[in-house]
Amino acid sequence: MKALEEFMQKMKPKSDGKFPIAHSVWDGTYTFLFVPGHTNKNGVHIRDSVDLKRTMIIVVLALIPCLLFGMFNVGHQHFLAIGDCLAADCACDLFWDKFLFGAMKVLPLVIISYGVGLGIEFVFAAINRHPIQEGFLVSGMLIPLIVPVDIPWAMLAVAVAFAVILGKEVFGGTGMNVLNVALVTRAFLFFAYPTKMSGDKVWIDTSLEKGQVLIDGYSGATPMGNAANGVMDKMPSLMELVVGLIPGSIGETSIIAIGLGAILLLVTGIASWRIMLSTFIGGFLMCLIFNAVAGDNLFMAMPPLSQLAMGGFAFGLVFMATDPVTGTQTNSGKWVYGLLIGILAILIRVANPAYPEGMMLAILIGNVCAPLIDHVVIGSNIKKRLTRVKTA
Amino acid sequence: MSKDVKIRKGVNIKLKGVAEKLYADPASTSDVVIKPTDFPGLTPKLSVKVGDKVKAGSPLFFNKEIDRVMFTSPISGEVAEITRGEKRRILEVKVKADGANTFETFKQGDPANMSKEDVLATMLKSGVWPFIRQRPFDIIANPMVTPKAIHVTAFDSAPLAPDFGFVAHGQAKILQVGLDALAKLTSGTVHLNITGNSNADDAFSGAKNVQINKISGPHPAGNVGIQMHHIDPINKGEVVWTLNALEVLTIGKLFKEGKFDASRTITLAGSKITTPKYVKTILGASISGLLKGNLEEGARIISGNPLTGTQVQENGHLGFYNYQVTAIPAGGEPRFLGWLPFFGFNGFSLSRTSFSFLSPNKERDLDANINGEERAFVMAGQYEKYFPMDIFPVHLVKSMIYKDIDLMENLGIYEVAPEDFALCEYACTSKIETQKIVREALDLVRKETS
Repeated sequence: MKALEEFMQKMKPKSDGKFPIAHSVWDGTYTFLFVPGHTNKNGVHIRDSVDLKRTMIIVVLALIPCLLFGMFNVGHQHFLAIGDCLAADCACDLFWDKFLFGAMKVLPLVIISYGVGLGIEFVFAAINRHPIQEGFLVSGMLIPLIVPVDIPWAMLAVAVAFAVILGKEVFGGTGMNVLNVALVTRAFLFFAYPTKMSGDKVWIDTSLEKGQVLIDGYSGATPMGNAANGVMDKMPSLMELVVGLIPGSIGETSIIAIGLGAILLLVTGIASWRIMLSTFIGGFLMCLIFNAVAGDNLFMAMPPLSQLAMGGFAFGLVFMATDPVTGTQTNSGKWVYGLLIGILAILIRVANPAYPEGMMLAILIGNVCAPLIDHVVIGSNIKKRLTRVKTA
Repeated sequence: MSKDVKIRKGVNIKLKGVAEKLYADPASTSDVVIKPTDFPGLTPKLSVKVGDKVKAGSPLFFNKEIDRVMFTSPISGEVAEITRGEKRRILEVKVKADGANTFETFKQGDPANMSKEDVLATMLKSGVWPFIRQRPFDIIANPMVTPKAIHVTAFDSAPLAPDFGFVAHGQAKILQVGLDALAKLTSGTVHLNITGNSNADDAFSGAKNVQINKISGPHPAGNVGIQMHHIDPINKGEVVWTLNALEVLTIGKLFKEGKFDASRTITLAGSKITTPKYVKTILGASISGLLKGNLEEGARIISGNPLTGTQVQENGHLGFYNYQVTAIPAGGEPRFLGWLPFFGFNGFSLSRTSFSFLSPNKERDLDANINGEERAFVMAGQYEKYFPMDIFPVHLVKSMIYKDIDLMENLGIYEVAPEDFALCEYACTSKIETQKIVREALDLVRKETS
């Protein structure tokens, strides 16, 4: 390690040299390999070992189960569509074929997301002469997991660039953004290229090789797409929704994989349990309300747990609503924020005829409202302090 | 009317090298240094020049804004050196001991029978006044103001801090004299805040003429600001004075003996101290004298505790408000992939991102590394976890960063001091220099509102 450290120090370009980007790249690499040996100068003399890099890496680790499961599921859905395996077969048949097929489809999306996003980060770091900030480590992993597998690569690249520049860098970079960057990417794709982001053609990779045909009666619709159209006979059971071998965005389908990530985030305390719990409660409440007024609307009448296990609700709840930068920052504010997201997600999902999923918009609306919620919470603290003056 | 307060937020960071409750041989000191930089916001004006002879209690410099506040020599001797920094700012006044131990004499007597003006004048002239600090702003108290209360903390909960009870044991009478003097200075109550975690020493629990409050819980329970917030919070326009019980002893000795006795008992602690012990020394004593033969290689020496203290060199001196000299590993080595979570070698963390959370009672050997780089303010809830006041710490710090004075007032800046944010700074994911931000904000508000 000593040799590597010395080698890196020898390679160090000047920060005010001809190519500031060279320094950014060096700095990014060096601080990835080594936590620099800077010592405290003012204030405390000892510091906790946790830093932003470690925090972000834990979120990335929490996303790994979703990524791996997503790869497998992409393959699984493909093989189902071409009839190489049947829904009745054991899902583990052709395990490696499915996984490798999925990996071939998903990894390019991961690479594009990180390549474009980090590239822009490096350029901005060089322009602003900042060190590289770690925020995109998480966004770059989230983005491929919340898009359909069939998304064209160029569109993804454009969307990532849009989100990083207009969603984050114009506000000042990591920690300053108002909206969750990954969701800005998705929202951009959703409104710019709606045909590639919704409907029943995009969720399963149906690229056919010579001699392959789609099975009779094939439909690529997601359970939620079906439910929104009132097609309830193909509805998977709650168990199937939890396991997640269903069509959908790459990382969102399996509640088990998401749950593993949630456990890591909650144990390490990186994500707020308050937001997770309150979002769940909000969604659950809204389901109950719809149940009560459902009449013959089958989508409204869905049992709450199935409703919440479907689509992107769980994924958004665990990984995106809990974003510490764009969420509320006061503890009581977190409850309100979570409830709002939960309620809005189900409300938009069920009551809006235009598109079936509501989690993305709910969280974006939540992000926008977060400063307002905090403002009210802080206002009450200020008021309390003022009344103390009057009564004293 | 005593209050029991339980602090729930906070944490005791357990460090290696806790001082044994034994006295080391008293360290002799050939010179002492008074540092005007120990007093935030002070503009000093010298009253001596190099070569002047001084006794213990003779003025060295005074506060230019309030010239009754004197800073006096802790020993008798000769002014040896006046160190100046940028813009001729005075950094240090050094007095070389003559070994004669002569004292200026001040008015002696029981402060309970003295007039307020006499008590005040004696304290100001003798040099014990700067021990009394005021909130808001955490600066030396303004003697022209009558505070609504005076809070004395009788314990220090910071890492490796001295046990005040051990130091003050058997000095109940002197403490009482000091408390009586303080009682003359306020129209309200003198609060003596003792620890509720263990049995407080008789010297504290037997004190009279004061309101004794019991504070239990982890650090920062010993911070007088935290205690005050829960006992009798300070509002805009009010002034409260604060000090610690060991400083009250010095005030007590002044009235009992009629002299400025600047001797104090401190701890030498930390993993780089060979035998951590208590030692009797004097205000401004030289560090090299204190640590002679007791210091290991590669140490960072801190006058004070590792959270709020000041780094000093081996030829430096003990700070005015410090009752502890700590030596920890200097650090400075980069750590390969040090950000990886869950690797034993990657350091102690209060968060559960390292397995160290499984053994919270193990004593740690932390070095002075930042363990990361400063980043934008990304909160993961640590500030709220370690800030036991009904104040939103993150929002207050943010308002300080963008210098919104109205908002700072509304969010409670008058109640806080930099030391109250020390744990937040320790745990901060973004490695923000919180105490520095708070200090600068307090100075700014003081400038703008006076």
